[in-house]
Amino acid sequence: MSEALLSVKDLKVHFPLGKGLLGGAGGVVKAVDGISFDLRPGETLGIVGESGCGKSTLGRAILRLTRTTEGQVVWLGQDFLGLDKNSLREARRDLQIIFQDPLASLDPRMTIGAIIARPLKTFCPDLGKAEIDKRVKEAMAQVGLAPEMMRRYPHEFSGGQCQRIGIARAMILRPKLIVCDEPVSALDVSIQAQIINLLRTLQAELGLSLLFISHNLSVVRHISHRVMVLYLGKVMEIGAREAFYANPMHPYSKALISAIPLPDPKAERARERITLQGDLPSPIKPPEGCRFCTRCPIATELCHASEPPLSPRADGRLVACHHA
Amino acid sequence: MLSTPMSADPLGRQVAAPILSVRELCVDFKLEHGIVRAVDGVSFDVRRGEVLGIVGESGSGKSQILMAAMGLTAVNGKCSGSVTFEGREILNASPEKLDKIRGSSMSMIFQDPMTSLNPYMRVQDQLAEVLTAHQGKSRKEAIDIAVEMLERVRIPDAARRISLYPHEFSGGMRQRVMIAMALLCRPALLFADEPTTALDVTVQAQILDLLSNLVRDLNAAVVIVTHDLGVIARMCDRVMVLYGGRVMEEAAIDDLFEAPRHPYSQGLMAATPRLDDDVAHDLRTIPGAPRALTGKMGGCPFAPRCERRIERCTIETPALLRGAGGRAAACHLVTP
Repeated sequence: MSEALLSVKDLKVHFPLGKGLLGGAGGVVKAVDGISFDLRPGETLGIVGESGCGKSTLGRAILRLTRTTEGQVVWLGQDFLGLDKNSLREARRDLQIIFQDPLASLDPRMTIGAIIARPLKTFCPDLGKAEIDKRVKEAMAQVGLAPEMMRRYPHEFSGGQCQRIGIARAMILRPKLIVCDEPVSALDVSIQAQIINLLRTLQAELGLSLLFISHNLSVVRHISHRVMVLYLGKVMEIGAREAFYANPMHPYSKALISAIPLPDPKAERARERITLQGDLPSPIKPPEGCRFCTRCPIATELCHASEPPLSPRADGRLVACHHA
Repeated sequence: MLSTPMSADPLGRQVAAPILSVRELCVDFKLEHGIVRAVDGVSFDVRRGEVLGIVGESGSGKSQILMAAMGLTAVNGKCSGSVTFEGREILNASPEKLDKIRGSSMSMIFQDPMTSLNPYMRVQDQLAEVLTAHQGKSRKEAIDIAVEMLERVRIPDAARRISLYPHEFSGGMRQRVMIAMALLCRPALLFADEPTTALDVTVQAQILDLLSNLVRDLNAAVVIVTHDLGVIARMCDRVMVLYGGRVMEEAAIDDLFEAPRHPYSQGLMAATPRLDDDVAHDLRTIPGAPRALTGKMGGCPFAPRCERRIERCTIETPALLRGAGGRAAACHLVTP
């Protein structure tokens, strides 16, 4: 096993709630509450979970776009959260992000050429105009955009093309890691497939590492080497793709996979489904013991009393469950 | 109760007459740069007890079909063709006439419960209004029935929570309120526009279960509009694939998923990632992007993205041809 590119250790992001004008209860939202994992060079880790599980906050906290409360992020052997302004800026060349809403993440007043060139101008101020143009055109070609379009504005492009622009902007500095935050959720199915294939190709050709955040387990299956399932700020299960999808161990992973409607009517009718009761509990007041115990079909007294640790299983997987 | 009117199907068998018949429906929108045709000659029937799915990508016109039938087309839109409900023409009918049908025998579940419920009104007032306005019930009676309906959509502690405002419910609970509201009048025809798209997958599973049970109990006719082939496979008896405002293919659910015939249906299915397909290879894609809405075009709307396109496809719009077993396809290269 090669050295970890990124190592996240017991990361916590807590948001204090204001008391408010009407004297609200205060309290703390524990969006990310003690998450640890390693990411290897060239690896794609899929991060899945439902709304409020902390997946986007985790991605942003790793990039220091959100302040962390506790824990460590080790990037290429150095303490990333402890870096001063200048070193952080230098380190960020290698870390990029792609957002969910492709149009909203592009400045409407800049041409797409200028948008894609921006990171280059920021980090390589000595580059001449001709060199910048050349690299922008290369990046555009790489993501399947015709270089002649560089003088156009974002509103002239479709959602899928805007996402390609976002990917070109993220790629132009040849980063080592890209955090992809729901990059295909806003796209139509036929376009979604194009973007998934593009990310797969770039990943394989350039040896990039991706943190691929998504609520869609079918999409994650197509792009990830490993999968991490979050629930209310905690890791429920993390393991290799094949093993995870063939035999999810945590009852929440099982329910998640079982809840996906299959595009196959016969399989749908034949299928035994685990339907969870109730909604996600409020992250302000997560349940005592195991966070999933209020909705878990196999919860016992033990689960309400004590929180199961994330422990290794035979196939190298980590699962946080007393009964799995 | 009235007996269901009967009619003969193409094979001469007696079948229930459709409750909703849509014929050559067109919806045009007047925009700054000209007229855009969002729905272009769509025809279909739905019968009681039947769930019809309409699947398509953005700009396919799928939601506009429902809006036209409900009389909710935006002011810059113009509908033509025919929509009959139980034999009566309702397309472009007056709001007074529509109000007699909407909320009593025809209702709709919208995609986003937060923007479709009134944030200033308690849930009980919004629900009771349906019954006091359409069925002449007293307020007290109406609230009793509404509580019962909230219990049926499994909102815990319904008697107390009915007096809350929409923002006090979670997303899944709000969607249950929407479903309860749409079903309060025990509609004969229910439209659902992306009913679970805004929900998390475990909550979506609950809502889909609930919806199938309730419509089965009511023996309602249902039209579900969605972009999700999984939701279609789970819920529908029959499906219509829409592209660029036109029907590309129509078939019974098993037929379509087993052997899609139209190149667009085939492309859509191959592009959908599944839990059981081969991940060693890339997903199949449809080149290009969905048609930008720009006026009328000649030829098949899918032609610019179709890999099997021949010259004829760009000149002549293929008609929707009906074949055996209720299958239909609109493609010069395919026999239905």
